[in-house]
Amino acid sequence: METVNIMIVGVGGQGSLLASKMLGHLLVQQGYDVKVSEVHGMSQRGGSVVTYVRFGDKVYSPIIDKGEADYIVSFELLEAARWIEYLKPTGRVVTNTQKMEPMPVIAGLAKYPENLVEKMQAKGIQVDAMDCLALAEEAGSTKAVNMVLMGRLSKYFPDIPAEAWQASLEANVPAKVLELNKVAFALGQKD
Amino acid sequence: MRELMLGNKAIARGLYEAGCCVISSYPGTPSTEITEEAAKYPEIYCEWAPNEKVALEVAHGAAVGGKRAACCMKHVGLNVAADPLFTISYQGVEAGLVICVADDPGMFSSQNEQDSRHYAIAAKIPMLEPSDSQEALDFAKEAFRLSEEYHTPILVRTCTRIAHSQSIVTTGERVEVPRKEYVKDPQRVMMTTNSLKAHYRVEERTKAMTAFAETTHLNRMEMGEDTSLGIITSSTSYQYVREVFGEKVSVLKLGLSWPMPVEKIRDFASKVDKVLVIEELEPIIENHCRQIGVEVTGKELIPMVDELTQGRIGQFLGRDPKESVKLEDEIPGRPPVMCAGCPHRGVFYTLHKNKCMVYGDIGCYTLGVMPPLNALDLNVCMGASCSGLHGFNIAGGEAHEKHSVAVIGDSTFAHSGITGIADIAYNGSNSTVIILDNSITGMTGHQQNPTTGKTLRGTPARKIDLEALCKAVGFDRVRVVDPNQLKEMDKVLKEELAAEEPSIIITRRPCVMLKDVQKLPPLKVDLDKCNGCGLCMKIGCPALSLPKGGKVEIDKTQCVGCQVCMQMCHRDALIV
Repeated sequence: METVNIMIVGVGGQGSLLASKMLGHLLVQQGYDVKVSEVHGMSQRGGSVVTYVRFGDKVYSPIIDKGEADYIVSFELLEAARWIEYLKPTGRVVTNTQKMEPMPVIAGLAKYPENLVEKMQAKGIQVDAMDCLALAEEAGSTKAVNMVLMGRLSKYFPDIPAEAWQASLEANVPAKVLELNKVAFALGQKD
Repeated sequence: MRELMLGNKAIARGLYEAGCCVISSYPGTPSTEITEEAAKYPEIYCEWAPNEKVALEVAHGAAVGGKRAACCMKHVGLNVAADPLFTISYQGVEAGLVICVADDPGMFSSQNEQDSRHYAIAAKIPMLEPSDSQEALDFAKEAFRLSEEYHTPILVRTCTRIAHSQSIVTTGERVEVPRKEYVKDPQRVMMTTNSLKAHYRVEERTKAMTAFAETTHLNRMEMGEDTSLGIITSSTSYQYVREVFGEKVSVLKLGLSWPMPVEKIRDFASKVDKVLVIEELEPIIENHCRQIGVEVTGKELIPMVDELTQGRIGQFLGRDPKESVKLEDEIPGRPPVMCAGCPHRGVFYTLHKNKCMVYGDIGCYTLGVMPPLNALDLNVCMGASCSGLHGFNIAGGEAHEKHSVAVIGDSTFAHSGITGIADIAYNGSNSTVIILDNSITGMTGHQQNPTTGKTLRGTPARKIDLEALCKAVGFDRVRVVDPNQLKEMDKVLKEELAAEEPSIIITRRPCVMLKDVQKLPPLKVDLDKCNGCGLCMKIGCPALSLPKGGKVEIDKTQCVGCQVCMQMCHRDALIV
């Protein structure tokens, strides 16, 4: 099979590392060759963060380049737009509609662009946008945005059994918040 | 067991399996997790040393003492450790000594892009370069074997994409290596005749290692169907080469990147029509090929600046870029920022307000350069703020002294700041140094240091008394202030800048991200009082936003109730 490329993007501190950890675990369990690449350090301080997840028969590069991503999973709307050049024209964006103003916008030096979902769609990109923050709150914690997104992403991989997703969730989420994360995952799956 | 493993964790696993008993390191992205992961094995003594020079000396001492030892750092840390590095090469080792160094091409979290392979050449220390996590594990083990067989320290070089990428590894079991008995040998004293003899030994060792380079499996010739082009590469570049060219192209992958083979490269070149060298940063392999008379193409096509990717390599070789979409909108940048509640914020706001020249240092507080604080003037390396300010003030006299400060974090101060303030006191410039004491090494992700009172494993430890130390060095004026109290911060800064003698200001408040630091409930906005004037926005807190023509909003998920913004408001519109 051809390598599948998933980019997980967001703002430092939003919980994207847990999402990539769960995804990596799941894909290894499914018998794929897997590479996951992330950047630590400076970029964690509220900056734009990106994690690359690649799987297939044999994966070489640990990173994804422009025009290569099959999926961009975004924790924040502006971040989906920032990385859009990395998507294949046939790729799909799965994004939280939450907006977090970056410092240049807060400082009045730049504007947060409007109607980003519509603008991406106008370019012919398939965009699956949802208010993950509201769903996470419904599940019991604003921190569960990552599991809402994972639930949503799972819909696009019908070959991977639901039990396998559940098993990876259980293996990676701390026990005391497991139940609410399961709820968040299920809410993400709903249409 | 087969599992997905971070490159750094895989190195730690390799060190563990090889029977490593002692690790002394200083944290630095992207190397930090090696030591943190190794510390999870009770069989290995692990410590954070005050700096990389100390760490390497400790690790070498442990190897002299008969135990397999390692030392981990980032590329710029190797500059700090360079002094012992060169002579440890002459000393040689009995028990294995492995030095792990992580470069940062693309500078995700570094101030420069230096290529550590130069150190292998300069210090004549063999260097291994893994290209994924399995190799990281295997090479760490092989490094100990080679270290003892050839009586040399071994460098293991990674880069961000090896250190911080996960790929699948199969782990093995630990081998216990008995301690080698220390035997006194006057040859170890490095003075004239001994040093000369040692240098001859190093040259002999390099010859032996070069012979090894010809035959070792670390240097792998992968002949493909296509021999019109042969590529010599190493490290993560190997992965990009395979990504771009697939499996048909012929590749010579160097895992032992110094010393490099001669005959093997000539042999490879003879089997292909032309040779291309693809390596990140410096033309190390390329220069070697030219030196041994092998014609290659390299840096004419592949630039020395920035990290490589499959896309960039394709672009440099003239391939069409992959099709992709772009939006017309300008996407505002999202640079990293000081966290909501960061104790550095009050310091940088005050420095900005007082229009100070700020000599910065290495740590989270580099972010003080970001708007709206715009407070930092420059930075160089660990500790340079103190010594650099001293020089700046000597050049400018009072005109500089009354308006300039150095800012340095507690860990950086313990690393290299103490000698700088000793120079200020000893040679008497009227300099003002601010020690940002947030009780942790922040930027690398919360490591303990000699000022925090805890060891790497969190056990209680002796702690540097910063006030007493500064006084002992020769500062009569040592002030401690809570940086979240803006009026007090401003008053102390003005007084110390005006003073006729050098001073230290310790701004003391723990990093807000530390687990045991109590976070207060988010503040609220009194909408009747807020008139949207934007005064509170001047502190650059990411939890605050002010829609155009509206009133200030507080992000509940970020605000930790530090109340610094409250002190900015003239209308008491921000409330608990």
